[in-house]
Amino acid sequence: MSAPLLPDETDLAILRALQADATRSTPALGRELGLSQPAVWRRIRRLDEAGILAGRKLDLDLEALGFGVTVFLGVKLGARGRVSLDDFERAITAIPEVQTVEHVLGLYDYRLRVVARDLADFERVLRRRVLTLPGVGNVEANVLLSEERLAGPL
Amino acid sequence: MLDDTDRRLLRQLQSDPAATVQALAARAGVGVAMATRRFERLRQAGILKGQRGVIDWTALGYAVRVSLRFTLDKAHRDAFDMFLAAARQVPEVVEIQTFLGRVDVRLAVIARDMPHYQDIYRKRILALPHIADIESLMHVATIKTDERLPI
Repeated sequence: MSAPLLPDETDLAILRALQADATRSTPALGRELGLSQPAVWRRIRRLDEAGILAGRKLDLDLEALGFGVTVFLGVKLGARGRVSLDDFERAITAIPEVQTVEHVLGLYDYRLRVVARDLADFERVLRRRVLTLPGVGNVEANVLLSEERLAGPL
Repeated sequence: MLDDTDRRLLRQLQSDPAATVQALAARAGVGVAMATRRFERLRQAGILKGQRGVIDWTALGYAVRVSLRFTLDKAHRDAFDMFLAAARQVPEVVEIQTFLGRVDVRLAVIARDMPHYQDIYRKRILALPHIADIESLMHVATIKTDERLPI
């Protein structure tokens, strides 16, 4: 592992700008921050290599694309018998409607983000694909109403 | 409405958002002019809203990530608005979601380490208005994160 990169104020400004809009060009960023284009490019590459800048995500209108509901599922694995976490993780990540899978500690073992066309479609995914997985115990569903992503401590 | 060409282009863009239109068009098997037109139309229709840069907070030194799930005291008419407005002021809150279900609001909170988290939790989180109950889920690992839509 390489030494951790300690970002300076300029790096943080670049991160803030790209977090809001990853399509910003290096000349535009350079003008805004008073840096040359190669300097911006070098910094972005360094942040990229340090793993701090971890790619891009599309911001899509889910509803317009036919995904009317997003549901977060808390899944507790059954205590009885020996449940293989690897098997569960392999099976759950293979479901296309399951967008994110997080292993957590607390009331649940896993936290899943699931998209579906509508509630009936969600029920189908839940019953046929999630609840049939080996080891699934208690499941809690919360339907997403709104979501905000904040800039964080940059 | 979206047709097959739009869907093919969006699928390619989802798997490689930084790719050029030329590359995306080639992978989707359509001409560059057509791809440019389609992306422009998707943008104008508000379907393609933009691209966010993803920050890996762990790589920036924030080793702790906690999901805090709140039920609010709904006896207050503006409990939600007041809670959300106050939560937005906490720098370590990186996501706010509201739900229909047993949980009203979820905050994703990051911290450098456990003492730092403890400090944020006591000074900032417990001070948020109209909390009826809090549950926390400590993030252990991300197994899948692509958030790619099955378009």
